[in-house]
Amino acid sequence: MTVRTAEILMAVLCALCSIGLMIKSAELKIGWVPERGPGSGAWPFWLSSGMLLASMATIYRWFRGVTPESRNLQLYMTRETVVVVGISAGSIVFLLVTTHLVGIYIALFFFLLFYLKFVGRHSWKLTVSMMVLVPIAVFCLFEWALKIPLPKSISEPLFYPIYDLMYSF
Amino acid sequence: MEEILLHLAGGLSQAMEPLNFMMIILGCALGLLIGAMPGLGSVNGVAILLPITFLVPPTSAIIFLAAIYYGAMYGGAISSITLGIPGASTAVATVFDGRPLAQAGHADKALTAAAVASFIGGTISVILFTLFAPPLATFALKFGPAEEFSLMLLAFATFIGLGGDDIPKTIFSILVGLVLAAVGLDIISGQPRLVFGDIDGFLHGINFLVLAIGIYGIGEMLWTLESTQGEVVVHKVKMSLSQLIENLKDVKSYIATTSLGSVLGYFVGTLPAAGATPASLMAYGLAKTFSKDPDSFGKGNVAGVAAPEAANNAASTGSMLPMITLGIPGSPTTAILLGGMIIWGLRPGPLLFTENPEFVWGLIGSLYIANFATLVINIAFIPLFVKVLTIPFTILAPIIYILCVVGGYAPTQTMHDVWLMLLFGVVGYLLRKLNYPVAPAVLAIVLGPLAERSLRQSLLSSQGELSIFVTRPISAVCILIAVGLVCYPLVRKFKKKTGETAS
Amino acid sequence: MSNVLHRVKKTAIPAVIAAATSLGMSAPAMAEWSPKKPIELIIMAGAGGGADQIARLLQGLIEKNKLSPRPVIPINKAGGSGAEALRYIQDKAGDDHTLLVTLNSFYTTPVIQEGIGVDVSNFTPIGRMAIDNFLLWVHQDMTDITDLDSYVAAVKAAGNSWKVGGTGTGQEDSILTAMMEKEFGYDVIYIPFPGGGTVAKNLVGKHIDSTVNNPAEQNEFFRAGNTKPLVQFTAERLPAYPDVPTAKELGVNMEYYMQRSINGPPGMSAEAQEWYINLFKTLFESEEWQKFCVEDGLACDTYVSGAELGTYHQQQIALHKELIEAVGASAITGE
Repeated sequence: MTVRTAEILMAVLCALCSIGLMIKSAELKIGWVPERGPGSGAWPFWLSSGMLLASMATIYRWFRGVTPESRNLQLYMTRETVVVVGISAGSIVFLLVTTHLVGIYIALFFFLLFYLKFVGRHSWKLTVSMMVLVPIAVFCLFEWALKIPLPKSISEPLFYPIYDLMYSF
Repeated sequence: MEEILLHLAGGLSQAMEPLNFMMIILGCALGLLIGAMPGLGSVNGVAILLPITFLVPPTSAIIFLAAIYYGAMYGGAISSITLGIPGASTAVATVFDGRPLAQAGHADKALTAAAVASFIGGTISVILFTLFAPPLATFALKFGPAEEFSLMLLAFATFIGLGGDDIPKTIFSILVGLVLAAVGLDIISGQPRLVFGDIDGFLHGINFLVLAIGIYGIGEMLWTLESTQGEVVVHKVKMSLSQLIENLKDVKSYIATTSLGSVLGYFVGTLPAAGATPASLMAYGLAKTFSKDPDSFGKGNVAGVAAPEAANNAASTGSMLPMITLGIPGSPTTAILLGGMIIWGLRPGPLLFTENPEFVWGLIGSLYIANFATLVINIAFIPLFVKVLTIPFTILAPIIYILCVVGGYAPTQTMHDVWLMLLFGVVGYLLRKLNYPVAPAVLAIVLGPLAERSLRQSLLSSQGELSIFVTRPISAVCILIAVGLVCYPLVRKFKKKTGETAS
Repeated sequence: MSNVLHRVKKTAIPAVIAAATSLGMSAPAMAEWSPKKPIELIIMAGAGGGADQIARLLQGLIEKNKLSPRPVIPINKAGGSGAEALRYIQDKAGDDHTLLVTLNSFYTTPVIQEGIGVDVSNFTPIGRMAIDNFLLWVHQDMTDITDLDSYVAAVKAAGNSWKVGGTGTGQEDSILTAMMEKEFGYDVIYIPFPGGGTVAKNLVGKHIDSTVNNPAEQNEFFRAGNTKPLVQFTAERLPAYPDVPTAKELGVNMEYYMQRSINGPPGMSAEAQEWYINLFKTLFESEEWQKFCVEDGLACDTYVSGAELGTYHQQQIALHKELIEAVGASAITGE
């Protein structure tokens, strides 16, 4: 896909999103409500119609060839870029999915294993020490110092003994 | 005047008492570290440490919490510069020039400028606070919804120069930010809005941090990965005493914008609704508009780091004023400070200044000391922060992702927001590749709720008469300045053109 | 035996897993329950408001007096007038480590926003910590307005341009405002602001004409001579305002209060409920809490807990349904 194609696709997509937002906003009142001022949907509705206009302008400029992107026939994403970006985005998706399943601490463990060993090709020594130290550091900082409980999902009961230890002081 | 000095001397000596002094140092250091974590800000530090303050006298307690607040304000710049992720909305503007400076290997320069500018901002504002607190409190009362909206217009006007050269795409970006800000509960009608797919997570709206961490954390990382194809060069940053002195000498190049930013920041900060974020954005916008070389902004101009940092520190001092005299929190952090004061039995209000002078002046005195303490601590830590940039990219990248995920989770504690953050990051990256500027969206999501609310409140009270914005003097002045700011770059361009054709 | 079975049934799946995995510990733990992990204290309002202050004060007192083996962590979930918090608690059914600090949107939000599908009468009642009061306030400079009659006359004379500030549509003061509109037959413009403090400031700055605020939100401005109360919506005159008549004295049958209570999710185990009831009883009786009540103008005479609080909630739910029906949900939301 060339940058030129990507630009028109994105502009059309943006226009469609704007229309979607307009429809969603129109579920609420978008006009003037007596004694209540503008209805609650008015602000997002008129702003999304502005988004639509802006996207239309981009589409128009694309046909006229005004924007540099519309004349750019290089690849939007080279194969290498897709790989590099895909690995990163994919690994975060993996991190989030495993967080839902087994809690963030175990998820971090596997995420680091994947990223450091298979992407970064670091030594086992570094990988393993990071795999152990990072979750511990996150735990100490968030659960203990900042008192922000992070999602633990089904691994929750594993932490009871740690809490016992932590709060027995 | 003499009375003020007398009170101030009392306040300063109170702040220098061993317990209080210790509280200041501890608070500043803690705040600095919490503020440096993306997603965490002074609000986390203050909320967590609030219960601890039951153990010490109220004055020491508020001094401690105020020091954290202050330290975190300094700390916000650190993640903005070293990681390129604004840790709090107040530090968004710091990214614009801080990040390019760090990428060019001048992180130390940017960090020093941020520290020094914060110090100047904090000091100027605390002096203003000392001298003009009561009259400004009266002035703040004059700010109703109409004035707030005009101020928002003014804030938007200062951003004119911030967008890219593609105007439709810039407008699109601003509008997306404003629409995203409308998600959640509508305060006027009490109805849920734009709750896509009836997902609960949208009920609390879209937190600014979700968009900012998505775009600047994840999006920026993807961008870096692409432009370097994974072969990220490790920055070589040397930090020595002579380098530090060299950096400190830079001050004269940004002292003017810094002072302007400080006064502006303090003033905007004292207005109950506004707070430090619009202040820092406006300071950045003004610094760029009135710079001799506006094109260098966004590419690594030290003044672009100094102006917003001075303003946000000045504003955080300023926002203590409505908190103390009116009992109105200007930010989530001051809301918790306020809660603390009430719990300790101190009632904020117009009488606090006269009935509890030792408390108020103890606080003011501690702000002077906290400012100085944070400057010293911050500069001492700069070599450590700069070290972050020397970590190999394949180690730094997963750590940044983890910081993003955890930082996206912490403010609202829902996984929903983390998924949204990832979505914004990827979409932001794809849009950015097509020359859509992303910064305007981030700015808009911060100011959107305030702009909408004040607009609708004004229209409600005027029953639809738009003239309310020009018939009220303060509001009219704001609008006038806004129009002037919009026209200024055009006039300058026009002048330049005519100048060129003439010669 | 049947008793045990009953309990097991009541405990939802996560708790069962928890009990099962904490190997052998479950049997003795049943007898003497105490929290095993940090307790989430959900606040159905934003940071800095009344509910938030209460939650943070309670957290502080628990920590200071070491009343709980695990810390209490206040979390704000203010979305949708508390709808977000209510849904969260509903989804936590059977959880023994989540509590909710309420205001009256606990009753009104499920009625006004029918879509959220929450029935708060299923929640586990723990204890009622305080009752807050409401007064009608105007600016001191409005010298023509000295009592309720002159107030009503002034509002009527203003036609449709009298501006009443409040903390948000569907909140307590908006209901009270709607009640007054109906009682006196006038129409006002209701302008919502974020938080009672901002409302108070807008009244002092004369951006609005009147407001129904809690004593804590206005008292400092009253003492400074900026604002004055006209009438109180209580059964008896509050000690802090001995000269201000109640609506009842003036022949207007209008009384309205706001409760501050602690509740658990539906299906909390009886042992946990018992433990929390005792915990908050200790707090309620503490010197610090009673002092806070006096300073904040809250009524903290009796601690109502457990089933008794459940009954109180039932009454309040019925009352609020009635109130909302009487004024019409649309009179509150405007849509």
